[in-house]
Amino acid sequence: MKTYRTHLMVCAGTGCVSCGSLNVKERLESELKGRGLSDEVKVVITGCNGFCAEGPIMVVYPEGIFYKKLTPEDIPFLVEEHFLKGRPVEKFLYTGPTIKEKVPLLKDIPFFQHQVLRALRNRGLIDAENIDEYIARDGYAALSKVLSSMTPEEVIQEVKISGLRGRGGAGFPTGLKWEEGRRYDSFPKYVICNGDEGDPGAFMDRSVLEADPHSVLEGMIIGGYALEAHQGYIYVRAEYPLAIHRLNIAIEQARNYGLLGKDILGSGFDFDIGIYPGAGAFVCGESTALMYSLEGKRGMPRIKPPRSTEAGLWGQPTVLNNVETFANVPPILLKGGQWFASLGTGRSKGTKVFALTGMVNNVGLIEVPMGTALQTIVYDIGGGIPEKREFKAVQIGGPSGACLPASLLDIEVDFDSLDEAGAMMGSGGLVVMNDSTCMVDTARFFTDFSVDESCGKCVPCRVGMKVMLNILNRITMGKGEMEDIERLERLGHHIKETSHCGLGKTAPNPVLSTIRYFRNEYEAHILDKQCPALVCVDLIQFRVDQEKCKMCGLCKKACPMDAITWEKKTPAAIHLEKCIRCRSCIQACKFNAIE
Amino acid sequence: MAMAKLTIEDLKRIKEEVRSTTVLREGGFRARINIHMGTCGIAAGARKLMSVVLKEIEERKINDVRVTTSGCAGLCSREPMATVEILGKPPVKYCDLNEEKMKEILIHHVLNGEIVEAYALARGSETTY
Repeated sequence: MKTYRTHLMVCAGTGCVSCGSLNVKERLESELKGRGLSDEVKVVITGCNGFCAEGPIMVVYPEGIFYKKLTPEDIPFLVEEHFLKGRPVEKFLYTGPTIKEKVPLLKDIPFFQHQVLRALRNRGLIDAENIDEYIARDGYAALSKVLSSMTPEEVIQEVKISGLRGRGGAGFPTGLKWEEGRRYDSFPKYVICNGDEGDPGAFMDRSVLEADPHSVLEGMIIGGYALEAHQGYIYVRAEYPLAIHRLNIAIEQARNYGLLGKDILGSGFDFDIGIYPGAGAFVCGESTALMYSLEGKRGMPRIKPPRSTEAGLWGQPTVLNNVETFANVPPILLKGGQWFASLGTGRSKGTKVFALTGMVNNVGLIEVPMGTALQTIVYDIGGGIPEKREFKAVQIGGPSGACLPASLLDIEVDFDSLDEAGAMMGSGGLVVMNDSTCMVDTARFFTDFSVDESCGKCVPCRVGMKVMLNILNRITMGKGEMEDIERLERLGHHIKETSHCGLGKTAPNPVLSTIRYFRNEYEAHILDKQCPALVCVDLIQFRVDQEKCKMCGLCKKACPMDAITWEKKTPAAIHLEKCIRCRSCIQACKFNAIE
Repeated sequence: MAMAKLTIEDLKRIKEEVRSTTVLREGGFRARINIHMGTCGIAAGARKLMSVVLKEIEERKINDVRVTTSGCAGLCSREPMATVEILGKPPVKYCDLNEEKMKEILIHHVLNGEIVEAYALARGSETTY
């Protein structure tokens, strides 16, 4: 291995790649070569750094300097100044929405300061396609400890002590699940990793698989040892080509090293892993549907019991865990269950990875201790709401989750507190909404999603959700009646109680939670025939308020249909016969003058 | 590419080897060698100092020394120059260096903590007030 004085960690997570980080990397390499620095400065491609809003990102070690929004054109100057002459370039340094000065070091940036990295422990520090770099950061050390000095029972005991709960949504205790799977005396047994991340706005599992695939493999092998299973499968969305690519590389490397296959590390234990790309059905994230899909059948949930731990894949005992759950396993075995349990709240231990998106300054991938206040996530890590708008809600848990209002910003996020608030942890999508979001429309969006993705097996979900969608459509068109709110609530509760699988049981949550916390918006739509956020087009008059209009002409510029007339020093006017109700003018107006 | 299967010892060996080259991403250093790479330094041969430092670090598997560059130190006639700083002690500036001298400094000062007085120019940082 060669020694370099500087390592340039270029983020190649999906976000940064789509912003052009691979072009930045190419330019860096050619520029370093041109200046004879290739032997001193090394360029490393890493997985998602987390701060997606500032991409393409590069972190320079040993200093730990954080550069943001780089373009290939910036590189010649940067190389000459920093990597030749040792002067960090100020104009590419971070400055935040609430900070005036430049913040040179990653560790001083507020976005990173409140995070604790466990599942993402190797984030931005290793080349995801190089097993040696994973090993250098204690990779496969837990596996070698387990295989050389622990019985399967001891492994399970340690996981139970850790209090680790499933990170895929429902939060079932992982140690218990493993113990269940071990109890049944039927072989072969299987280990499955669920990477079928389907919630709108969620990219946690994707980032883990892209950035640190070996952490998931190691967790699965340990699970296999605990269960006496010899085969594992990773079910991953076909829409995640980079994750699949890196998993394939990781599996190949692990096999070459004998960390997968026969007689792992000379212990006599055999285990191998296969990848199964899913075809993109939301319902296949449900464990029993996923197993049918893996068997080549139609992905539909089945009645439990028997649980998968008794009769899962091909009717054999099967343990299925989420990507993030498996990534948490190696450090638990290496450092002990007590270490893991030292962080977190009562029944929720460790950390949780969230995909922070929506109307928030610092969009990105974050990992925080269980029990972190929502306020901290949205304001300290997320940097607050852009464009001086008001926070309205945060949608947590995707189509199974809920919208929590500002009054719940002090909630300490863990499995139980979210449950009480009518939400659920879900897999970790966290969408921030501002005052330009209509909560009825949001409920309608998620209901529409659930209707589309319902597998159709049981009546409450297949028919009930469709009826709820019809009612919501009616309300957003101004044809709702007050009884509709009660109908939605009654139907929602029936669907929760009588649906077949976890997805159906939680599908009404977006509607029920918005009624619970934003009933006034439903009433405004029904009684006043108004959409306060000006989203539902049937309830917007598209009329300019002469008093509020500052005569700036921005609406005229934004209108694609030339439906607005405006002259200097006169208020604008919208001509409804040309208007296609696209809302461009509403988004352009800075003074809320269109109603 | 088929490889011999790893044993637990192999795994530890890979970890130590690779970690010595990636440890600079983790912070926590005992010493810093700063090579002055202004135009004057580069013209006087600072790049050769850099090569010899990196080569020695690699061969000796040193993993607690950070190597950095900076601009002109302000004394162009005495280039190439380097500053060595052992954590917690005042930095020492060396001048009129070449590859041999640099290697000596690395062994005596950086590794053994003894300042090489013969090549030293000054101890401590300049004050700006």
